[in-house]
Amino acid sequence: MTFPGYVARLMDPEILSVLSGMVQGGVIAVMGTNGKTTTNHLLCHVLRGEGKRVLMNGTGANMLNGVTAAFVLATDRKGRILADYACVEVDEYASVKILPKLNPSCVLLTNLSRDQLDRFGEVDLTYERIREAVESVPKARLVINGDDPLLVSLLAECANPAVTYGIREQIFPETSRSQALENTFCRFCGTRLEYQFIHYGQLGSYRCPGCGFQRPEPDYAAVNIAFWKDAYIFEIEGFRLQMEACSSYNVYNTLAAYGGLAAMDAPRDHFQEAVSQYDYGNGREGIYRICGARVQLHLAKNPMGFQQKLSLLGQDLSPKDILIEINDEAQDGRDISWLWDVDMEILAKAGAKRIFTAGSRRYDVGLRLKYEGIESSTASDVREAIGRLAETGTKNLYVIVNYSGLYRTSRMLREMEET
Amino acid sequence: MKLKIGHLYPDLLNLYGDQGNIRCLQKRLAWRGIEAEVRQVLWGEQVDFSDLDLVLLGGGSDREQKLACMQLSRIREKFCRFVEEGGGVLAVCGGYQLLGRYYQTSRERIEGLGILDIYSEWEPRRLVSNSILKSPLAAAPVVGFENHGGRTYIGKHEPFGRVLFGYGNTRSSGQEGVIYRNVIGTYLHGPLLPKNPQICDVLLQRALERKYGPVGKLQSLADGLERRANDMIVERYCDGAYVMRERLQRFL
Repeated sequence: MTFPGYVARLMDPEILSVLSGMVQGGVIAVMGTNGKTTTNHLLCHVLRGEGKRVLMNGTGANMLNGVTAAFVLATDRKGRILADYACVEVDEYASVKILPKLNPSCVLLTNLSRDQLDRFGEVDLTYERIREAVESVPKARLVINGDDPLLVSLLAECANPAVTYGIREQIFPETSRSQALENTFCRFCGTRLEYQFIHYGQLGSYRCPGCGFQRPEPDYAAVNIAFWKDAYIFEIEGFRLQMEACSSYNVYNTLAAYGGLAAMDAPRDHFQEAVSQYDYGNGREGIYRICGARVQLHLAKNPMGFQQKLSLLGQDLSPKDILIEINDEAQDGRDISWLWDVDMEILAKAGAKRIFTAGSRRYDVGLRLKYEGIESSTASDVREAIGRLAETGTKNLYVIVNYSGLYRTSRMLREMEET
Repeated sequence: MKLKIGHLYPDLLNLYGDQGNIRCLQKRLAWRGIEAEVRQVLWGEQVDFSDLDLVLLGGGSDREQKLACMQLSRIREKFCRFVEEGGGVLAVCGGYQLLGRYYQTSRERIEGLGILDIYSEWEPRRLVSNSILKSPLAAAPVVGFENHGGRTYIGKHEPFGRVLFGYGNTRSSGQEGVIYRNVIGTYLHGPLLPKNPQICDVLLQRALERKYGPVGKLQSLADGLERRANDMIVERYCDGAYVMRERLQRFL
């Protein structure tokens, strides 16, 4: 729903500033290439668990009109906003326009990597936009993933107050690190960063031998991380947490949300319960039962995200079938070259019995797999292919889709589950 | 037979999938029973051109390109000799710009290798599109994805292809990329080679002939999937209604 935002801005271009100013406790803007939706939903979930009234924008409604619409639709009959907190997911590209109007008390940044380059140009340009946006709200406190050297560079370039969070333990499996390195050169002196270890992408424990730039000691850290019975158990500031998700990047998202709450000085006494009850799939990713098969739906919209999903899939040692649907609609990014930045050979060792490729770019996916020595078949009808794999396959089906196919496919899977 | 492929500075110049070109060269040699060795030359490492048959130079952001350029300036003369002696080069996007005399960005002038008498200038409007070319090197149309702020002026050089859809070197010249001896410079990502196997085979054929003399026509491969991926783009952009729809979506 972005149209109400468009109309409201026509009537009053400053309406977002006015409405945002009515939020009593704090406004947090959540940005970053991966994890912003999960982090933002978790923030909102925790705050609501604390009995707070929270305003949140819907997934995907993260451009100026979408954000404005979320505020306009939350007003009462007198045009007031009765909310204690606002958790707002903000598109990195649109942040330059949104942040000065939203005037958040905190800006949370999860990570920065290549995504939709047809829209963003290059990662450096995204970085510049974020810097400009953050500088336009100099009082906003930054909550930054300190394991990301690109984001930590922001701290030196902006005068905003800031806190960082990070993970010192190596919890990401080998397979989550793609061979395509990016952003690993120091922004200040151009020297290649040295890593003690890498989580994935450019995230890790780094130091520049040229100028001494290095990973800061994080203000908030997840420690004593253990994986046990399909769940992660870890500690943040004395909270012993159990998270019902088997993906290590969700430890980051949880930590990010905690950092955001702490930076806003928001109540978080029930953080532990909130985390244990939280659905990390946000109702879009999830597990379905179709014809007796366990069908998992996963979103993967950029190389780093895709690598994480493949790594997750590789941890499941049982036989499986896989359907990969890649589209190139405007929201996905028209350029799908990034498929070649993903280390697909994990798939060759993942015990995949059958692999189907679907979506408008199904031949490109097939071609990518072919050059990794992996056989696949193309499917022009996703529903039919899923039905067939669920019925006659290994009863363990993974469906990986990028953005534009996500809602359509999750709706389809729900329908198929019922019939 | 064996070819050695050098991938220059993949830690700097690896924008969106360009390493797929390496994979393609490698596999299409392997499928024909020819050995392939890939040498990654990382930042700070030396390149021995006398030991290489093919060189790939990918694209990076303006910042990374500048870092790469500092590395390249040290090997400029050897790189030039390699090209003049018929060495095969595929240079994509930023790598293509670096082959020229200079690239004038919004802020500064990045000196190029000067291997070709071409130059590039940055303009604020980025040229972003799927593209289709007619190249003298392939019977089938060449497809790819371009995404560049720079405009490249190739002077009297021969272009890599005539633009059938997309923008090309300058948006108005109707030309894309450049061909010089066994060098192909182009803005096309995609990556370029997997969906355009004929171009890949031209590079391989010429590199083999340079090394081993006449080797005859390369054995043909089952390129069904390659052709379908290529056709899909061509068919889509031949459909006027689709093109209109895609253009309109840009304004929503």
